[in-house]
Amino acid sequence: MSWQGWAAVLFWACTTAVNFRLAARWPKARAVKLFVAASFGVTLLVLWQGLVRGLEVSPVILPAPTDIAAKIGESLDLLWLDFSQTILKGALGGYLIGCGAAVATAILIDRSPFLQRGLLPVGNFVAALPIVGIAPILVMWFGFDWQSKAAVVVVMVFFPVLVNMVAGLAATDALQRDLMATYSASYWQALVKLRLPAAMPFLFNGLKIATTLALIGAIVAEFFGSPTRGMGFRISTAVGQLDLPLVWAEIAVAALAGSGFFGLMALIERAVTFWHPSQRS
Amino acid sequence: MSRLLPILTVLAAIVVLWYGAAVGLNSQWTYDQAARAGAEPTFVDVIEDTMMQDRPVLPAPHQVAEGLWQGVAGQKITSKRSLVYHGWITLSATMAGFALGAAAGLLLAVGIVHSRAMDMSVMPWAIASQTIPILAIAPMVIVVLASLGIKGLIPKAIIAAYLSFFPVLVGMVKGLRAPDAMQLDLLSTYNASEPQAFWKLRLPSSMPYLFASLKVGIASALVGTIVAELPAGATQGLGARLLSGSYYGQTVQIWAALFGAAILAAGLVVIVGVIERVVLRQMGLVR
Repeated sequence: MSWQGWAAVLFWACTTAVNFRLAARWPKARAVKLFVAASFGVTLLVLWQGLVRGLEVSPVILPAPTDIAAKIGESLDLLWLDFSQTILKGALGGYLIGCGAAVATAILIDRSPFLQRGLLPVGNFVAALPIVGIAPILVMWFGFDWQSKAAVVVVMVFFPVLVNMVAGLAATDALQRDLMATYSASYWQALVKLRLPAAMPFLFNGLKIATTLALIGAIVAEFFGSPTRGMGFRISTAVGQLDLPLVWAEIAVAALAGSGFFGLMALIERAVTFWHPSQRS
Repeated sequence: MSRLLPILTVLAAIVVLWYGAAVGLNSQWTYDQAARAGAEPTFVDVIEDTMMQDRPVLPAPHQVAEGLWQGVAGQKITSKRSLVYHGWITLSATMAGFALGAAAGLLLAVGIVHSRAMDMSVMPWAIASQTIPILAIAPMVIVVLASLGIKGLIPKAIIAAYLSFFPVLVGMVKGLRAPDAMQLDLLSTYNASEPQAFWKLRLPSSMPYLFASLKVGIASALVGTIVAELPAGATQGLGARLLSGSYYGQTVQIWAALFGAAILAAGLVVIVGVIERVVLRQMGLVR
């Protein structure tokens, strides 16, 4: 191992020692928490870089972070094209349709306890199944373009959101419903003023789970056939050409898009459910 | 019985909708064939034909059931067309990966609960990594490992391990922290050491959390294995069965493999549930 490798290991040892010291000294401080988490991430990158360079790992197996960053810089256009095809059209389109359909279904079946008792176990069961497997079927039905990816995403996000929304609509207690009844509120008034707001923490729980599922569905569906753009297409063809830096660039974009999407839902959740105990601390 | 009736009603409704959709989607082909032959099919003819096409757009439920039965019982289990054979390949990789991932998640959770620095540095990244579509890069990992000469069960098991690792980690951290301050104080008044507190209080009280996350973990391990079997060149496993079916337009084969995977997933979750019930009853933690 050459000097870069040893330098990276030394850096790792130093940051770990500093982190342990900081964590023992100020266990509650917010700044320390942020710093420790950030330095752990940076250390991982430095260790990766140092070991790849130090052990002279072939870029065909694992490219160094700087190679990946350079690749991202030079192929921004390509990455944007793939991003808009897979994320903006496939994942986001399917996510909106799927979540909207799930919420509407939940409100519809909420009026019938019989349907609820029937649909919930089925929904829970389906949520545990390998649903990505329907990707080849839907690609056959809807063609190679983004519509088939959106369809896969719709099926994948539907059941988690449905199960959470039904649980949320049942989350009001008898006292609150009685209060609405003493106000002689109609079904719709009680729904809009009491039960929908009370369902929001549950709904956002499902919506956040669904963000990751949406990206997975959209990318995996592209392995079964796609036009000559899109992140899944690019990953599978770049692997074939052994252009691993491009593959990792796509992965970095997918990771950023996934975290960003999740973060966006968390922000909306904070704005909508500001009253909930978990948001108030 | 009152719990079973609604579920059966919903399932029956799904089957009826499915038959309707099968007639609707497959009738196009029937009409095309009839037009080519110059015949004028009656409605009954159309329905009859849509139920038994060789490569339907949407196979009818009984066709899928027949495909599944053919795959499970109609072949020798060593045959390449047997679903038992492919299911076994998938199951073995899933179990190897699940064992690996669950053990790693358990160990790291113990470390995180006992070291504040590890908690601060690892936990945020563990949670952030949940939002990354890791599954989507699974085929790439397979191809890269294959170019290193690692083939067969191990690459699939790695992906299954990675996917089952995080649910177990997050669930166990929550579970090991489940004892409240009063219980921990009681143990410290007994002058219990840290390992004693771990074995006598933290570990037992984390069991419900452990089993809840094991159920999630084993389901995602199976999904990971199936996706890992997708890259071109794979010939074994339920994922490869899906892919070859989609290449050759064998829709019945795709649906049979899909239902095989669903039954496998349900079976695994049920097995974990049974173990959960037995263990919790042994420990006096009946829900």
